[in-house]
Amino acid sequence: MTDNLPQRPAKPVLTAGDSSAPLTVEKTRNQWADVWDQFKTHKGAVFGLFFLIFITLFVTIGPVIWDVDPGKLDIRNKDVRPIYIGLVDSSAKVSWGNPMGTDNLGRDIMANIMQGGRISLAVGWTAMILTLFLGTTIGVLAGYFRRLDGILMRFTDLVLALPLLPLLLVMMLLFRDPLRAAFGPENGIFILIVVGIGITSWMQTARIVRGDVMALKEREFVLAARSIGTPARRMITRHLLPNVLSPIMVSATLGLATAIITESALSFLGLGFPSDFPTWGKILFDSVDRMTSFPERVIWPGLAISLTVLSVNYIGDGLRDALDPRIRGL
Amino acid sequence: MLTYTFRRVLISIPTLLFIAFVIFMLLELAPGDPMASMPLTIPPEVRQEMRLALGLGEPWYVRFPLWLRQFFVVEPQYWIDNAFGTNFADGAQRIISFQSRSPVFDTIAQRMPQTLWVVGMSYVVGVLIALPIGIISAYRQYSVFDQAGTFVSMIGFSVPPFFSGVLLIVIFSVQLKWLPSIYDTTHVVDDWNSFIFQLKQMIMPVMVLALQTTAQVSRYMRASMLDNLGQDYVRTARAKGMSESVVVMKHVVRNSMIPVVTVIALGIPSIFGGAIITEQIFKVNGLGQLLIIALQGSDIPMVMTITFLLAVLIVMMNLIADILYGILDPRIRYD
Repeated sequence: MTDNLPQRPAKPVLTAGDSSAPLTVEKTRNQWADVWDQFKTHKGAVFGLFFLIFITLFVTIGPVIWDVDPGKLDIRNKDVRPIYIGLVDSSAKVSWGNPMGTDNLGRDIMANIMQGGRISLAVGWTAMILTLFLGTTIGVLAGYFRRLDGILMRFTDLVLALPLLPLLLVMMLLFRDPLRAAFGPENGIFILIVVGIGITSWMQTARIVRGDVMALKEREFVLAARSIGTPARRMITRHLLPNVLSPIMVSATLGLATAIITESALSFLGLGFPSDFPTWGKILFDSVDRMTSFPERVIWPGLAISLTVLSVNYIGDGLRDALDPRIRGL
Repeated sequence: MLTYTFRRVLISIPTLLFIAFVIFMLLELAPGDPMASMPLTIPPEVRQEMRLALGLGEPWYVRFPLWLRQFFVVEPQYWIDNAFGTNFADGAQRIISFQSRSPVFDTIAQRMPQTLWVVGMSYVVGVLIALPIGIISAYRQYSVFDQAGTFVSMIGFSVPPFFSGVLLIVIFSVQLKWLPSIYDTTHVVDDWNSFIFQLKQMIMPVMVLALQTTAQVSRYMRASMLDNLGQDYVRTARAKGMSESVVVMKHVVRNSMIPVVTVIALGIPSIFGGAIITEQIFKVNGLGQLLIIALQGSDIPMVMTITFLLAVLIVMMNLIADILYGILDPRIRYD
């Protein structure tokens, strides 16, 4: 991206009737500064970034400030409605001690949303990194080594033809108990979900990376690098990987969004984390039975999932524009 | 084209065999036991006999070909026998569910119509909404309509069906009490009122699934329209003095539909995946719910068959998409 494109002169100033060469007023800039400048022009992406930072702080720093144990039962304070209900209905049971209300066992919903968000985001990020690792490895290998291309891409096509959601459900159900026994109830399920999502969603990344690597391989700078005897390993790490970074980053945002949604879907189907272990999907699933009287309990976690995924998708949109040198600076 | 089609059909056979093998081995290696839900008072030797009766005594290399034979030979024979009154099957062993002890395909046949109604309808509705949105968004690029369309499709991508479904229930069933929250599959349509009821109970599940489809298809349609609107033939058509509606609707839309049709074909399997969750929310007793119940009861033949049917659907749709692409676009030649 940087090493083979001529640096665009920033802001050529052309004045009518002036035949002299266009002046460049700004000094040469770092590529990432350019990307950031373009990214800033995308309002949705900036908003998404802010929301993602906010929700990350909310779930990481939040429990430090809001020091309530999410699992603590307090039967006397059960079924407290969120604080805003008190404004419209003065007879409703509200309490400043539980601003988002409590559930049917008196557990504080805000503490649960924070704790659940930690798990959901942790699953999302880990699964996304695993997806990227698998996708990039397979994509680079297939794109760079012609011998591996046929077999790896055939394999990718085969995996794409698998019905992934049912298989993921099968995996969750069948491998739950042994992994739980081996790594403990929470870690076992965490590993299972992350690995499950990872091995069912790397295919798009692999295809994109392979295509880009194949196109890059024909470029002169690769030929030059090869002519001075660069070994394949350094060829990939020094010359190819930095140049496929932008499609990888865009698919990272997509991967994060799908991972969060998939984890919540699994929890929603009752096949995710154990019931005393909140995640956003799990809280939503547990509240569905009582949503007639307490609609807020499904809306909080649902909003958290949807807004997080929405902001991640917007970030991806902005990144795609910002990383595309053809439209940068327009 | 014919050679290509033929070759692709041939290639899809080993693909399907491989997928069947992967699903089979996953179920085989997994430590789940179909006898786990049986009472603990059953003595071990009886338990062993029950395992044998379920056909679990043989090793996998015996059972896998057997399953393939049952799926590809015996079941179609039964189907033909039922349809034409012949006797090809001759009492051969069918694929039997562990839970209900009845043939798997009978249960699937009972559940299929509900799923097809909801899923099929939602896909049609979704595509019908998506196409005009895509066309107008591209024609008036960066207009308010386009921005709104982008936002709606972003929401369609981001809001998972289990939240949009629940949200719709909270709004329309709980607060406004307009629509029923549970899909009644035993409902029979025989007069105007029952038809209205059927319509009412279908709106929510269909719209939840349609939102996902709309988001995807309208994006593709918009991108494809934008690609075509800048082409030289559009300028030629305008220069010839054709009216704007003819230019857009006849020339541009038809050309833009080529990639979109394949996207529509490729999206069909994933909408079935989405149906698993939607059926769970609206309590539709369709295929998705059947799969979940079978999973929870370690009903291996049922899970295997439903999952494999979905795989067949995916492979078939891939095939159809590729062939359609070749037929619709004369510039593409596979041979």
